[in-house]
Amino acid sequence: MTRQVARVERPIVEAPAPTSHTRLVGRTTHPWGWWGWALGAAVAVSLTRNLLLLTLVVAAVVWVVLARRTAAPWARSVGAYFTLALMVIGVRMFFQLTVGGLREGTVLFTLPEVQLPAWAAGISLGGPVTLEAVLFTISDAGRLAAMLICVGAANALANPRRALRAVPPALYELSVAVVIALSVAPQLIESGVRVRRARRLRGGASRGWRAVTAVVIPVFEDAIDRSLLLAAGMESRGYGRTHDQRRVGRGTSVMLMGALMCVTLGTFILLGVPGSGRWGALALGGGVVATVVGLRRSGRRLAVTRYRPDPWGWPEAVVLGCGATAIAIAGWLAHTQPNAMLPPISPAAWPTLHPAMIVLALVVAIPAVATPLPPRDER
Amino acid sequence: MIRFDDVTISYPDSPPVLSHASFIIPDGDLVVVVGRTGTGKSTLLGAINGLVPHFTGGTLSGDVVVNGRSTRDHRPRDLADVVGYVGQNPLAGFVTDRVEDEIAYGMEQLGLPPVTMRKRVEETLDLMNIADLRRRPLLDLSGGQQQRVAIAAVLAAQPRVLVLDEPTSALDPTAAQDVLAAITTLVHDVGLTVVLAEHRLERVMQAADQVLWLPGDGSAELGPAREVLARADVTPPLVELSRTFGWPQVPLSVREARRHVTTEGIVLDPPHPEPTRERGRTALQIEKLGVRYGDVLAVNDVTCDFASGEITALMGRNGAGKSSLMWALQGATASSGTISVTTGSTSEDPREVTAGRARQLVSLVPQSAADLLYLHTVEGECAQSDRETESSGGTTAAILTRLGADLDPQRHPRDLSEGQRLALVLAIQLAASPGVVLLDEPTRGLDYAMKAALRTILTELAASGTCVIVSTHDVEFAAQATTRTVVLADGDIVADGTTREVCTSSPAFAPQVAKIFHPLPVLTVAEAARGLR
Repeated sequence: MTRQVARVERPIVEAPAPTSHTRLVGRTTHPWGWWGWALGAAVAVSLTRNLLLLTLVVAAVVWVVLARRTAAPWARSVGAYFTLALMVIGVRMFFQLTVGGLREGTVLFTLPEVQLPAWAAGISLGGPVTLEAVLFTISDAGRLAAMLICVGAANALANPRRALRAVPPALYELSVAVVIALSVAPQLIESGVRVRRARRLRGGASRGWRAVTAVVIPVFEDAIDRSLLLAAGMESRGYGRTHDQRRVGRGTSVMLMGALMCVTLGTFILLGVPGSGRWGALALGGGVVATVVGLRRSGRRLAVTRYRPDPWGWPEAVVLGCGATAIAIAGWLAHTQPNAMLPPISPAAWPTLHPAMIVLALVVAIPAVATPLPPRDER
Repeated sequence: MIRFDDVTISYPDSPPVLSHASFIIPDGDLVVVVGRTGTGKSTLLGAINGLVPHFTGGTLSGDVVVNGRSTRDHRPRDLADVVGYVGQNPLAGFVTDRVEDEIAYGMEQLGLPPVTMRKRVEETLDLMNIADLRRRPLLDLSGGQQQRVAIAAVLAAQPRVLVLDEPTSALDPTAAQDVLAAITTLVHDVGLTVVLAEHRLERVMQAADQVLWLPGDGSAELGPAREVLARADVTPPLVELSRTFGWPQVPLSVREARRHVTTEGIVLDPPHPEPTRERGRTALQIEKLGVRYGDVLAVNDVTCDFASGEITALMGRNGAGKSSLMWALQGATASSGTISVTTGSTSEDPREVTAGRARQLVSLVPQSAADLLYLHTVEGECAQSDRETESSGGTTAAILTRLGADLDPQRHPRDLSEGQRLALVLAIQLAASPGVVLLDEPTRGLDYAMKAALRTILTELAASGTCVIVSTHDVEFAAQATTRTVVLADGDIVADGTTREVCTSSPAFAPQVAKIFHPLPVLTVAEAARGLR
């Protein structure tokens, strides 16, 4: 005899009720991936004064930030960078209008002119304001503003603590110092607030110097106490235990020093000496390789390991690749289309939009879709 | 497991903390270090993993050997996989900002392979029962959770010895139970050797195998808990009871004491109900007092009044709103509702007067009393206090002497012991002769003798007509020192009555004596002795 069994199309499995420790789908992209991408975008915009290209790249960067940022406090910092960028443009414009340098071209309006006396180097304030001057200032300051926004984007997307956790072992002590400094600042503020509140309990009548010492001394004493406790905690948990200088090869520090000098020299030649790009690139490349080798070797003195390091997968490779491609396209444009990338100051003209510029902005925007979403509880 | 061999520890310009101390702590024991404040409990604990003298300075002669490794040639970091050390304030010792990372930190330093680390983190999370906290920021944890995370963080390196400095003194009774349960699990199920120092001995003595007593003269006495406690100069209620009643053995737990009472047939007369004294005039009246920080509701429209000459205990778990209520009563924290402090025939609101006047109405000794001190000498602080309160010179110093604290006027306030510092701050706050005195968690770090002294001071203050409110986790202190108890929970007053009623009606707030003689509402050893037939 057979029994009729009700069959369901698909087995229904109850999803477990999420608790506070349930792990959610998604992951954050490696912080150094974001930094590589943002610096790539910043280098690309540094090569141009084309307002259209600047606007396109900034739009792409902002889109990526909005699509992939977390709910963490630093993720809100991009607004502050926008304010800073606008201030840069504003200050440049103010000085262009008052002190000015460019007075030729299409005059838009004329400000009353003041001739400063001879002891002020005879500078004249005000005078005619030209379309060329305004356009040049906006595009030149806009370049700096766009770079600022790129850095702000990296700040908003990359968790600073995780970034510090992922430094090469050679810089381990340095990263620990920075991490501690990061946590000391809020503690100082907290104990400052506490002590100031406690001041009132004693009447808070003291004024001037005495009032300052009454707050500063307990706060500092508190800070020193805390750092001693932290140091004791780190010591008893084995900090620095695996330190052994013998594992580092001889001459590593000399090599690192030489490598850094090569990098500096290469950068100087590339930027400062026209026509010797090949030598500059050679010095820079050699220096970078030697630095990497030197850091690896000096990192051997510590044998610390990493708990659950951030993975470096294809999204990180794509993100970093986008940054590198942006630099390459901008470099090619600067080489072949100098007039489009750095429009002549006069006569004032609508900036040209080369098709490669659209490609550049699209490349910068790729991470907005090519990276995984952060987990829901962090968004 | 731990061997102290003729150990002498001394710091320059002071008598040695330990002199020629020799003892052996066997494997798998839970040893409680007892002694009065300033007898060197923390120094002894630090010597076990070499923090003393490698980190703190000073000189150590003799030899401390842990699991075959001498601290003579092993630094604390070289002992990290043998001794796990958790300091007094776990939050200050945290290096990272997330529970999981903090647990892994020690293993990273030892260079353990990632696979091993991952497995051990999971095991440790389960062992300490904190798996649901794994992704939480350390700053968001409650005190008991922080303590358990701190223990987990040193356990992950799989040490054989665990050293804990006052693990439960900052916690409310329930959180202390949690931490203590975790510690006993480690001793009984994992087989760790645990050495811990604790002022609130009544919380941990039942779990102790041995007690290490530091009498303060540099010697150290290690022995079975009953024997040592029978002689020691620290007297938790059970010890006091057995001494008063002349019992041959010190009971280590309420259960043992109850059994002793039953077998010996000890019968008490019920305590005389307090003569219903006329309640003093109302000194402090609050109506619908509310405190909120952003969208956090700390105190929810509380209505209550306090009489002069009355000592009130304010109890409740950590975060129940006790501190917020105290700060609001002083007027130092923004609050809604009305507060009126009556002096003579006028009523004033401490929020609406100057800070100088407010402290004459209501004076608060905060939890971190040291925040009030900023000068280099005790003398300077006293003189400054006289100037602030516009009282005649020497007023504060006189109060300090009356409080029984004979301090060297040239000493730096930071060098004072916990109890001495509390006395100094109390003297400064009393110099304004306030009508209402608030003390926030004053018994933290005080030994039994100091608590008795504080009790006397508070009783005298109340007798002179001051309204005293003490917020505390210490049920024993509340039972002995206060007449009225107000219990706060979740920002509301959930119980308000005489200390006898409130403290004997719930096991969480009952002092040990009340538990022993249940159902008789006996609060203190002295009462029990009076009622003895």
